Formats: sequence, C-alpha cells, structure tokens
Amino acid sequence: MSFGKLLERLLQLIPVMLGVSAIVFAMILVTPGDPVDIMLGEQNATPEQREALRRDMGLDLSAPERFVHFLGNAATGNFGLSFYHRRPVSEVILERLPATVELTLAALVIGLVLAIPLGVIAAVRSNGWLDRLATVGSLLGVSMPGFWFGLLLMLLFGVWLQWLPISGRSDLAGQVPQVTGFLTVDALLAVNFKAFFSALQHLFLPALTLGLPMAAVLMRVTRASMLEVLRQDYVTFAHAKGLGGRRVLYLHALKNALIPTVTMAALEVGSLLGGSMIVETIFGWPGLGRVVVEAIFTRNYPLIQAAILLYALTYVLVNFAADLLYTTLNPRVRL
Amino acid sequence: MTAAATAHSAVAGASQDAESPSRLGWRRFRRNRFAMAASALVLLFVVLAVFAPWIAPQDPNDADLLRRLQPPVWMPGGEWAYPLGCDALGRDLLSRIIYGARISIFIGAAVIVIATGIGIVAGLAAGYFRGWVDAAISRLVDILLAFPYLLFAIGLMATMGPGLQNIVLALAYKEWVIPCRLVRGETLALREIEYVEAARAVGASSGYIMAREILPNILSPVIVVSTIRMAHVIILEASLSFLGIGVQPPTASWGSLVADGRSFIWDAWWISTFSGLAILLLVLAINVASQGLRDAFDPRLHE
Repeated sequence: MSFGKLLERLLQLIPVMLGVSAIVFAMILVTPGDPVDIMLGEQNATPEQREALRRDMGLDLSAPERFVHFLGNAATGNFGLSFYHRRPVSEVILERLPATVELTLAALVIGLVLAIPLGVIAAVRSNGWLDRLATVGSLLGVSMPGFWFGLLLMLLFGVWLQWLPISGRSDLAGQVPQVTGFLTVDALLAVNFKAFFSALQHLFLPALTLGLPMAAVLMRVTRASMLEVLRQDYVTFAHAKGLGGRRVLYLHALKNALIPTVTMAALEVGSLLGGSMIVETIFGWPGLGRVVVEAIFTRNYPLIQAAILLYALTYVLVNFAADLLYTTLNPRVRL
Repeated sequence: MTAAATAHSAVAGASQDAESPSRLGWRRFRRNRFAMAASALVLLFVVLAVFAPWIAPQDPNDADLLRRLQPPVWMPGGEWAYPLGCDALGRDLLSRIIYGARISIFIGAAVIVIATGIGIVAGLAAGYFRGWVDAAISRLVDILLAFPYLLFAIGLMATMGPGLQNIVLALAYKEWVIPCRLVRGETLALREIEYVEAARAVGASSGYIMAREILPNILSPVIVVSTIRMAHVIILEASLSFLGIGVQPPTASWGSLVADGRSFIWDAWWISTFSGLAILLLVLAINVASQGLRDAFDPRLHE
C-alpha cells in the first residue's frame, strides 16, 4: 500500500473516532444526577463551594463547549479525577491496564493457537470426526455465556480438582520488580521461574475462559476459508508441480486462508475487551475491566468514560491494523 | 382442444405443482431433525415462561431460611418439592429458573422487535434514497460498530441505571445496526431491479415502493438474522444481570441467578450450574433452530 493510501485510510478513522468520543461524552451528559453531588458524596459543602467546584469541573459551560474541552483533555490523557480513588483517572488506568492487556493477549494467543491448526485439520479431513467435533464445539462456543463457562472451569479445576488457583494474578508478585507490568514477562526478566510459574498458573483459567469461545469462532472461519482456498486452481497447480502435501498446505494455501481469520480475530477483540470485564470480575483479576465494573457501583463516571473511550478506540485501531495486514497477506487486496 | 388451450392448461398445471418458496422452505426445515428438535426446545421455554405461575412448583420469591442452600433432590438432604435445590435464601431454584425464562425471552424478543423495526426503516431509507441520508445513517452505523457490544451496553447501563426498560433500550440502541446494514445492502441491490423501476415508472410513491415492492423481498433474510441475533441478545442480558447492572433483585433473571450462586460455589455448586445451563440450552436451541431456518430459507445457500 502506498503512503498516500495509508494516509487516506488514517484520515477516514477521524470521523469514526470523533463520533465514538461524542457518544461516550453524551453517555455522561444524559446521566441523571448532579456530578457535583456525586463527587462530594456525603460531604457537606456551602453553595459557594459547590459553585466553585462546578466551575472547576467546567460544568457551567454549554454542552458543545464541554465536548471540546473533553476532546482536548482526552487527547492529552487528562480524564479528570477518579472520585473513588481520589487520584487522576489516567493514573488508575495505567496502573490497571497491563493486567488487562496481559489477559487479553493470552486469550488471543490461546484462541489463535487452537483455532488455526484445528481449523486446517478440519478442512483437510472435512467430515472426519475432528471436523464434526469442531462443529459441535463451535456451536457450544457461541452459545455458552462466558461468565458461566468461567465459573464451570473454576469449579472443575479450582474447587474440585484443586489444580489451579481461582483468583488473583500471582502468589509471588512482590518478589518480582515491575518492568512491563506483565507478571509473566517480569518474572522471566528477573529470572524468577517460581514467580513465572505462579503467574502462568493464575493466568491460565481466565485466559482460557476468554480465549476458548473465540477459538471456536476462529476455527470455523479458518476451516471455511481453508476449504475455499483448497479448491482454487493455484493449489491444484502446486500439487501438480509435484510439491508435497504439507508444503502446499502451509506455504500456499494457509497464507491466503488466514485472511478471513485475521479479520475475524480483529473483530473478536471487541468480545475480548467486553468479556475481560466479566472474566476479571469472576477471577478477581486486578485489571481495568474490574475497576470499570466497580466504578459503575460507585458512580465513578470519569473512570467509566475514560475506559470506554480507551476500549472503543483500541478496537477501532485493531481493526485498522487488521485491514493493513490484509495487504501483507494478500497483495491482491487493494485498500 | 386447440393447441393454445393445451399450452395454457399445461402452464396452469405447472404453476399448481410448483411450490411457493416459503412452502419449499418449510418443507426443507421440517426435514432437518436437529432444527425441529431445537425449535421444540425453544417452544418449551416459551411455554415455561408464559405459564410460569402454573408450572413453577413454588413461589420464586418465597424465602425459607430453613432450606438455605438445600441440595437437589438426588443428593442427601434434597426433597421432591424442591427438585433442583434452593439458593442462599432458601428459595426454590427450579421455580426461579422457570421465572427467569420470562425475563430472558421477554428482553430477547423486545430488543429484537424494536431493533429490527428501526433497522428496517433506517436500512430502507439509506439504501433507497442514498445520498446524504445514506451517508448520515451509514456513519452512525460505523460509529456504533466501533464499540464492543458488551462495553457499549455496560456504559449505557452505568449511566441510565438498572432496570428492565433500560436493558431493552441499552441493547436496542446498538442492535438495530445489524438489520440496518443487511436491509441497506439488499435495498441497494433491489432498487435497480426491473419491477422496482416499473413501479417507479408508473408513479408509485417512494413509501409504497419501499413497503410493498422491496420489503417483502428482503424480509426472509432479515427474519433469519434476527432469530440468530436474539440468541446473542439473551447472552448479553444475562451478562449485564450477572454483573449486577441488569435486572435487579428479587426478580429472578438467569444471569443474576448465576451471580447469586457464585459466592456459594464451594458448597452449593448447583445454583450457578443449573441457572447457567438454562441459558446455554435456550441459546443453543435458538442457534440451532435459526441455522435450520437459514439453511431452509436463504436461497443463496442452495445455489
């Protein structure tokens, strides 16, 4: 893709991002109740103090003016004060974000690592037992409520078998200096294998809860596109040239078959971000999702607003990146 | 008999033998045993929901602290009057699950009806008028699609507050995008077809063309998609209720039943397990039935 095309695509993102910001802004605008009351909580304040706070928060301005302020602040990472934590929202988010990113990436890895090989095998031996199992599995994957699946895993591996921990991120987090915020990576950097193992154990069930349903979806997509690709002339040609079965499969067919998988994986990131809120709540995972759910009950609106904006913009960018990947995987696709 | 008359009666005979697409579709659907079984299961859930007061063995909100966390009937301490055991307040789990079906099915149906209604009108307008109408609607659709669904619903529920009506609104605000995109695409294709052009040529109004010429021809994919989406909406509602921002206690909703059982997963596994199983069964049944509908009615799959 030429630089001009890339720029054009980037510019197309702007209206969407502005629209997303407007909706997030409007969500708070229509919230019943006076933000000043929420912020002050039980404290008594004189009318003058309340008026001063109102001016400080910019609540005396008109809605469009407030939106411009909101955009300016958001661009500089200033989302105001988290009422509940009594700290800047951005600080709370940065502190919690690595845990969520670690969990989401782990789920994505589980999803792809399971989906791609299984999808290929299901396509190559279509109507075999694995293919049938995959059909049933993917149907279950889309029909299973994530929170229930998580609880079942917890019940089986945590309560009955007692193989895996069911809450938190690590038993040895204090022993590892924080570098990336990803406990698994930090433990490896510190060459502390005990801590690494503990972090991995804690990560396993939440990541599986999040990743397995996605694997079901991605596997169906990989299978379908692989079947399609295997019927193409160039695959037949490669076989005719005398290339070995595996070589054709992985070098020629899979590369093209993966395009729909990549698109779907990018779309599924949306489910991962939403699902992480639920999984973090179930497994006591100290990430951003859990803070947001808690923020709903404490009416901590600045935090909710910032997190939703962050998640939605991440989602837009991930899908944009997937579009770019298209051209790498298949140069025939012109954007 | 003249040759012309013979030909005429042959044509009439042929048209009598040929089945209409919808009858053909139903016949295909009835041959799909899985889809038929799934439909029967969906129907069973609907019957449970509608006749809950007569079917449920107990009052779903009747707390009896002596029966706190009573196990299901097949375990020691269980009894037939409370077949699936009791929750932490001693309420009958089966009765609460039966009443919970009302919430899931009502919200699923309400969201889909509202969203499909809005989606059809917006999609028809965008596809038929094109130009700035299409640009405005399509931009809004793009923006809404940029939000992960559950996140969007959580954000709205956080600001609107919990409650049945707000859940329906929070989900419908985003759900309409799905039928809208479908209808827009089909309308764009159909508006150039001869019979629509013919209607325009004889002076039919835009409203008439959209409602009488275009809509009937796109209704079957829209219905198929909306049944698939209903399964999705039911899971979303359960997720919101699980997080505690959906249906509020003491009303029994499947999501909140699973959440209630979570604190007792160590000694009363049945509460979360059976409530979640109800969600899985209904959603699975809807998914299988709607896949059957799609296979039977979406002619493009049979080309």
